Amino acid sequence: MGEINTNVAEDETFDLSKAESILEKYKHIRGSLIPVLQAIQFEYGYLPEKVIDFVSGELNISVNEIIGVATFYAQFHLQQRGKHIIKACSGTACHVKGAKQIVEKLSEKLEVHVGDTTKDKLFTLEEVACLGACSLAPVIMVDEDVYGQLSHNTVGNVIDGIKS
Amino acid sequence: MEKNNQHIKFVVGLGSCGIAAGAKELYEELASKMGNNCNASLSHTSCNGMCFKEPIMEVFYPDGNYLMLGNVHKKDVDKILEPLLSQGAIDEKFIIENSRQPDKKEEFRQKQHKIVLENCGIIDPDDIEPYIENGGYEAVKKVLNTMPPQQVIDEIKTSGLRGRGGAGFPTGLKWQFVRNNTGEKKYMICNADEGDPGAFMDRAVLEGDPHKVIEGLIIGGYAIGAEHGYVYVRAEYPLAIKRLKSAIKQATEKNLLGHNILNSGFSFHLKIKEGAGAFVCGEETALIASIEGDRGHPRLKPPFPAASGLWGYPTNINNVETLASIPWIIKNGAETYASYGTEKSKGTKVFSLAGKIARGGLIEVDMGVPLRDIIYTIGGGTSSGKPFKAVQLGGPSGGCVPENLLDTPVDYESISATGAIMGSGGMVVMDEDTCVVDVAKFFLTFTQNESCGKCTFCRIGTKRLLEILEKITEGRGGMADLEELEELSGKVKDLSLCGLGKTAPNPIMTTLKYFRDEYVEHIKENKCRAGVCKELIKFSVIEGSCTGCHLCYKNCPVDAITGEAKKIHHIDQKICIKCGMCYEVCKFDAILKG
Ligand SMILES: Cc1cc2nc3c(=O)[nH]c(=O)nc-3n(C[C@H](O)[C@H](O)[C@H](O)COP(=O)(O)O)c2cc1C
Ligand code: SF4
Ligand code: SF4
Ligand code: SF4
Ligand code: FES
Ligand code: FES
Repeated sequence: MGEINTNVAEDETFDLSKAESILEKYKHIRGSLIPVLQAIQFEYGYLPEKVIDFVSGELNISVNEIIGVATFYAQFHLQQRGKHIIKACSGTACHVKGAKQIVEKLSEKLEVHVGDTTKDKLFTLEEVACLGACSLAPVIMVDEDVYGQLSHNTVGNVIDGIKS
Repeated sequence: MEKNNQHIKFVVGLGSCGIAAGAKELYEELASKMGNNCNASLSHTSCNGMCFKEPIMEVFYPDGNYLMLGNVHKKDVDKILEPLLSQGAIDEKFIIENSRQPDKKEEFRQKQHKIVLENCGIIDPDDIEPYIENGGYEAVKKVLNTMPPQQVIDEIKTSGLRGRGGAGFPTGLKWQFVRNNTGEKKYMICNADEGDPGAFMDRAVLEGDPHKVIEGLIIGGYAIGAEHGYVYVRAEYPLAIKRLKSAIKQATEKNLLGHNILNSGFSFHLKIKEGAGAFVCGEETALIASIEGDRGHPRLKPPFPAASGLWGYPTNINNVETLASIPWIIKNGAETYASYGTEKSKGTKVFSLAGKIARGGLIEVDMGVPLRDIIYTIGGGTSSGKPFKAVQLGGPSGGCVPENLLDTPVDYESISATGAIMGSGGMVVMDEDTCVVDVAKFFLTFTQNESCGKCTFCRIGTKRLLEILEKITEGRGGMADLEELEELSGKVKDLSLCGLGKTAPNPIMTTLKYFRDEYVEHIKENKCRAGVCKELIKFSVIEGSCTGCHLCYKNCPVDAITGEAKKIHHIDQKICIKCGMCYEVCKFDAILKG
């Protein structure tokens, strides 16, 4: 898990209004920390430190506790991510059908390691345990679209298609 | 169903694998090319299980004729639309079934028996009406109008239904525990976390027939006395979540869900919780912690959730498939259900078939069918045509079953006897190009990553097991490592708190049991016969076969290959990173892997 992005915390003009309206909705519901973090990540693309501080105050949960929960679940990100999120499946079916080559190809094409974001902030490359389209292995998901029956020759076309 | 309509009806399967295979583009192309043709209509359903034929479309003619086409893509629409509209000739390669060719039967459909999947790939999952037309919500009406809660529980007990989430605990008995416990509130939870990385039964059911799961939850809630329910779904299933949300909304509008259902006096409120990407949250106590907004750490049982679950109230947790079996049992009777399957494992089981299988997809069979029938008769054997090596059942908690045990019937006890587990129903087929040591390493990487870290033996033990496997696959292993694997596996199994740790060694233990010679080969001969473990393989050019076509040269990512056009090429072993690209691109079988 990455460290907290301090750049954002220094930004005086950081917009908390989206977080405010999320908390307005969830504040009085028990066990709402995870849905709140999910909604914040949906709005901001990640969990900015300023927002975590704000959530901590509003829900009366310590920052430590929130970071503990956020780092426990693979879904949460403490750093800003790319415009498009590529999730390469590394589940069992994809593994036996050559998922490794797909990830290597993506990593080569985008010039990033798994977990990192391209310089132009367009793509973040991640691995995920299974996308549930195992019979079409190997599979990747870009944002909410799933692409199956890929090979190291065709996976690049998916990226080119999104770029254009 | 649609036979008497006056127009031709096109139906495209829009499950998420179908979409991944291009079904949405097909649907959109059909929509635009059909234009305002008033002789034909277009609609969608979810997946009928034939993932290997996706994208799939069906055509219903007013005269009763029927066609099912597979592997149809956007680009084919121009070719087939006209003949489809005029019932002209269609290229045979697309045809899966045709009412005018009754002998043409898709082999994948043999031996299947659909109860849970009865509506999947048939009805439109975004609309409650077709579900109701097919007998949906009759089970809810039946229990609310005619059956006291205890009678519902007795019926489920008689059916012999056991939990489909993996452990196989009798469902009726679990409901009874929760019913017997008193609490000012109770909860009914559906576990749709589907953590086995290589399985997709629950996703397909939620996408294809969400109301069936809702119906199961309402009936369960009524039986145990719970007025509140949750569906805990993994976030990686956006389409399932979307369809479930819409189904909840539509059922609520019809007062089949929510306050005072159909004026019966029973209320049931259902919410969706999205998982956040942690395998261990599929474990029931961790799942509860996660709904409570906390880290998903399992806790010691007892107390079981049936006594003290969500927010401390009595809670029942069932898997998607378990719940989706309930309405059928209520409607058709427990005895009928119990007449399928084996003595101890009743009814049907859904499996997802993936990996190196010719016909991968979603199937439902009676319990007790031999594995061989599933893999060969239904699945058509390996996709590569190469010899079958093993089938992995039960994911990270399960094991690999070898060829000589393929006559094992699929029931809880028989599968456990092999060292694997029934699990939730994921089957991943492996051929001789799969390395079993690599597979064991794959699963240990997974469990080690997903261990919540609470118990030492799970946290450190799986790490140590993984290190040993890494040593072996890298050619640094010794024979003593095999003993250590066995000994440590036993400890991790005995000294872990939850199922994740307790079963994490299973993939190692079963591969060691059935494929020990492959481990020994890695250690003693530095050889990986499947050609998977990079450190143990080498790529070289077979001089007699190389035509000098230059293709490998062009594809090598690190320029390890030298050679002029039309001359024999060479690989510099010092530069080669063993990516295998040359082996794959060479059209003359001139690259040797070994
Ligand atoms: C590590 C771990 C992961 C699990 N994952 C799931 C899962 O993804 N889906 C599921 O239904 N059950 C899962 N289970 C089993 C549940 O704890 C529980 O037994 C099950 O949901 C009960 O439902 P059933 O009786 O209908 O099978 C998991 C158990 C463990 C130990
Ligand atoms: S066995 Fe593993 S996953 Fe389960 S509680 Fe212990 S450390 Fe956590
Ligand atoms: S691709 Fe095969 S035939 Fe062509 S140069 Fe390489 S080894 Fe020779
Ligand atoms: S295996 Fe990969 S790196 Fe090695 S020679 Fe072949 S293409 Fe080049
Ligand atoms: S294993 Fe890759 S989609 Fe399931
Ligand atoms: S296309 Fe059907 S579940 Fe795969």
